[in-house]
Amino acid sequence: MKKLLLIGIKDLKLMFRDRAALTFMLLAPFLLTIAMGFVTGRFSGGSTGFSDIPVVIVNLDNQDLGNALEDLFNSEELSDLMEPSASTDPEAARQLIDSDQISAAIVIPEGFTESIIPSEGTVFGPDYAQPEAVQIEVYTNPSSPTSAGIVKAVVDEFISRVEEGRTSGMTSFLQLMQSGLIDPQNIEAEASNSFQNIEQTESNSISLTKNIEGADAVEFDLLSYFAPGMALMFLMYTVSYGGRSILDERAGGTLPRLMVSPTQTVQVLGGKVLGIFFTGVAQVGILILASTVFFQVHWGDALGLIVLILAAVFGATGWGMLITAFARTPAQVSSTGSAVMLIFSIMGGSFISLEQFPPFLQTIGKITPNAWGLDGFTTLALGGTLSNVMEPIIALLIMGGVLFGIAVLLFNHNGLVQQ
Amino acid sequence: MPNILEVQDLVKKYDEFTAVKGISFDIKEGEIFSLLGPNGAGKTTSISMLSTLYTPTSGDATIGGYSISKDPMAVKQVIGVVPQEIALYEDLAARENLIFWGQMYGLSGKVLTNRVDEVLEQIGLVDKAKNKVKTYSGGMKRRVNIGVGLLHKPRLLFMDEPTVGIDPQSRRAILDTVKDLNQQGMTVLYTTHYMEEAAELSNRVGIIDHGELIALGTQDELTKQVGHTDTLILHIGENEDSGALEDSLRGLEYVLEVTAIDHEVSVITPQAEDILAAVVSTANERGIKIRSIDIREPNLEAVFLQLTGRALRD
Repeated sequence: MKKLLLIGIKDLKLMFRDRAALTFMLLAPFLLTIAMGFVTGRFSGGSTGFSDIPVVIVNLDNQDLGNALEDLFNSEELSDLMEPSASTDPEAARQLIDSDQISAAIVIPEGFTESIIPSEGTVFGPDYAQPEAVQIEVYTNPSSPTSAGIVKAVVDEFISRVEEGRTSGMTSFLQLMQSGLIDPQNIEAEASNSFQNIEQTESNSISLTKNIEGADAVEFDLLSYFAPGMALMFLMYTVSYGGRSILDERAGGTLPRLMVSPTQTVQVLGGKVLGIFFTGVAQVGILILASTVFFQVHWGDALGLIVLILAAVFGATGWGMLITAFARTPAQVSSTGSAVMLIFSIMGGSFISLEQFPPFLQTIGKITPNAWGLDGFTTLALGGTLSNVMEPIIALLIMGGVLFGIAVLLFNHNGLVQQ
Repeated sequence: MPNILEVQDLVKKYDEFTAVKGISFDIKEGEIFSLLGPNGAGKTTSISMLSTLYTPTSGDATIGGYSISKDPMAVKQVIGVVPQEIALYEDLAARENLIFWGQMYGLSGKVLTNRVDEVLEQIGLVDKAKNKVKTYSGGMKRRVNIGVGLLHKPRLLFMDEPTVGIDPQSRRAILDTVKDLNQQGMTVLYTTHYMEEAAELSNRVGIIDHGELIALGTQDELTKQVGHTDTLILHIGENEDSGALEDSLRGLEYVLEVTAIDHEVSVITPQAEDILAAVVSTANERGIKIRSIDIREPNLEAVFLQLTGRALRD
């Protein structure tokens, strides 16, 4: 294990002494991110890049909160972002998702408002029972993960505000009652009245329908998409560069020299892989740090981000090793690696969101670490946590593992050095 | 002295091509043994098998009692390897290279630091140890390349043509280093296509050609194989036809073998002084101007020439 680490650290050191590689690894993605920011208007206060997300709202509640949510999606603040339409049939809405016509469907079930704001005269009645929790259902289109994520974030924010308002409102009324400022006989009427007037009230405690905050909460920074997009694109360069170093070392004689030292083949290969992995993690980490410092890009949950970076680099390293295992010369790795970098960037959505592609291309795009990585980074930027990005993380780990397996078989078959 | 290396019928085949054709020899502890042969003779392939880099097609060898096929990791602990090419990380300093390679041989801590310092002293690069290898001259790189092979004080050092492509001064330094190492007790297997190096360094020499070990012994034993012959080296002008002279000289009495390489024509004869006049006369008759003539006593070059009909540099 020690030798494995030593070889990995040596490779990391060598990489950071190669100015040309550093320029390509760090400066190029950074500049491209800036360029994309300018092109898309990020630096001139332009749009998020996502607009007119088709969403169907099935409001079966038809009471205050259900209507408030529907109004929110139809509000002026979300008019550019959302293209909502109303329906009364949940099944029809789901079919629209299945046929890929909309990004998400929101079903507000009957009794949603009632489950949160009981009707007057029922709470302190002898037959009062806590209503069953009624949940808003959001059906998302898997082929539009980012748009669906934005819709879900709006709904989550709305529910969060409702819950917050209900809890603080209840607490306030209980405190008022305990302090004698409100007669317990009148509390239900007071509370109900407050909820009825929420559209007008400025009270912080129950401002649940002042839900423009919901729109604010999902403001999606375009650089949160393009920065990881560029980082993932150039990560593919880094892993192929790292893979090339195996063949460079073979041609330069240092790999055979390693093989005649008392070092196992698995340690040599593992060390080289670790070097590529370290370099990839350092590259993505530096780019994330730089975009946070210079552009205030919001990357989201730190734990999820770290695990996702490690998984994305692992998946990409698998591709780097596979390319190397197939190549015979360093030049072949360079040319193949550059081609793969570009193709994967396009297929994986580094330039254009995958949602713009036909479904079959979106499916094919899933072979790239770019697609899974971007899916994860976008989810985190939209407020997701580690648990929300487990799917891309697992996919990237499986991808890396399978590709490593194939690469090791090929190396075993062909020999790490000429046999 | 016991044998530190015993090679038994070692063969290496690549599809239809056989690079090494069943060579067998042994090396005694404390010896300098040279494998002498032209480029492509199979020297590097042989050393690559002995250093466990290549797997032999058949045959085996033991180093320090360990089989290269069955116990390669134990063999790797006994040997040090100085490859023909400069196998160093050019973006690392000499000291960084030595530290990394020392770590690969299991050295660490104070032992590693001390060995790196000793080796830097030995190769004369203490002052430039912090400079990146890519800033070094060819000779300096060669010295670091050798230094890496010495870090773990191997019992048997393989040196594969360590003087190729360097200036005479660095070459001299390397040959002196090999002698010093041997005096300190290190056994050396040295491959070269320079007859003079093999002659200067070796206790015994194995002559290899086309993958076969065609002669083996001390220098005296080998030169006796060719009998008491001298070699006349004729240096001719750049525009002269060495091939024509070669053909003409073959017909002379007492001429055993003639080879022409570039602007040199070598004549092997039992009586150099007796045929000198005839050689000059023949050259004059052909209108070929001889610039100078050397007469050499029997040597390894003559042995190779007689055994193969070719010069070492062919």
